[in-house]
Amino acid sequence: MNSALLVNIFRFIMLLAIQVVIFNNMNFLGYISPFPYILYIILYPVNSNRTGLIISSFLLGLTMDMFCNSGGIHAASCVILSYYRPYIFKFSFGLSYEYQTIKLNESLTPERFSFILVSVLLHHIVLFILLAFQFKFIWDILLRTLFSSVFTILISIIIIYLIKPNKR
Amino acid sequence: MQQIFNFIIRNSNRLLFLLLLGVSLALTIQSHSFHRSRVISSANFISGGVYEKINTVNEYLNLRTENDELVLENARLKSLLFNIEDTTKAPMIDSLKGVKPADIIVSKVIHNSYSTHENYLTLNSGSNEGVKQDMGVINSLGIIGIVDNTSPNYSTVVSILNMKSQINAKIKKSNHFGSLTWNGKSTGFVQLTDVPRLASVRKGDTIVTGGQSVIFPENINIGTVDKVYTDKKTTFYTINVKLFNDMTNLGHVYIIKSKDREELINLENKNKEKDE
Repeated sequence: MNSALLVNIFRFIMLLAIQVVIFNNMNFLGYISPFPYILYIILYPVNSNRTGLIISSFLLGLTMDMFCNSGGIHAASCVILSYYRPYIFKFSFGLSYEYQTIKLNESLTPERFSFILVSVLLHHIVLFILLAFQFKFIWDILLRTLFSSVFTILISIIIIYLIKPNKR
Repeated sequence: MQQIFNFIIRNSNRLLFLLLLGVSLALTIQSHSFHRSRVISSANFISGGVYEKINTVNEYLNLRTENDELVLENARLKSLLFNIEDTTKAPMIDSLKGVKPADIIVSKVIHNSYSTHENYLTLNSGSNEGVKQDMGVINSLGIIGIVDNTSPNYSTVVSILNMKSQINAKIKKSNHFGSLTWNGKSTGFVQLTDVPRLASVRKGDTIVTGGQSVIFPENINIGTVDKVYTDKKTTFYTINVKLFNDMTNLGHVYIIKSKDREELINLENKNKEKDE
């Protein structure tokens, strides 16, 4: 139990650091930037404390907002993602997900991929709607969501494979 | 009572979610409403310190362009120095007592953003150096933005690439005023709106800051006219301005501290009070 907590804290800090130092400075074509820090919410243990997840992802988003000067958009989208995570689990893994031992950081199955896809899409659409905050940018919002999601998913999968624990 | 407690315990996650969502949405809305200092900004010692560390590395990558700019500015200043007799116009004496050398604070951009509709920069000087809200920020090529939030050692700047920013500007040749805004599309172009149709503008004309704002002194370069078109609703001209500055590559900047600013603001407030 304690080691899980330590792993989570480590992930929280590392993902934030990588996001701020590297990925925030990435601007493909001027406006496409990936947000792999939400891996913290995606990789959070399935049967672990849900209240802890909501609070910690709020803090995660708030720290991102502090670095990006963006008000509360990251906090809002992280809280929404963390609250709807069980529903996305249900959608991707079927109703009995709680009784299976789901380890996301193992080989990529279609279920795991769909879980990451839906999570990233949900987070990014909320993020970019709040970022633009005006309906006249609806195409801009959709375009940014689409391209940024593709990059976030690619980088997330790469990171998952890189930090995959080698048990054997 | 029992039922209320039961309700709270049963729905604790949902209530927590709604509470945190409410807080973050409030922060978002507050940051989108114009001209209110944001609660959460990167002008604090944690993010400011991190950005400063990152910047010490990034700085080396931009040394070449930074040097080129300095050499160009030196050349311009030298030519001013050597050609005093040749200039046709006598140096204008600013009736507002203008900017004195002591009024410029040298600072450095430690974090730059240009990919969203509302962009902010972080500078590595703050209230300890005398930086205050609503001071203008320029560099050798042109204007950059207006100071928004300050902490003891860092400050955030509303970039001109921010849809909320509105800066008074004019056409250098004809003195016709307009307000400088950004439509959120290209980082190389801003828009000068509400220019009267009497103004004769041509492609290539220079746009400079106007004298109507207390933030920037008059005649600071902004850019050149790229395209002129008529606004269908207001029948005013809207001018696409090509910036002199490359907003994606910023190094050292100057913060302008207008000495008469407080006097002017006080005076204007007095007028407003009289009107009410």
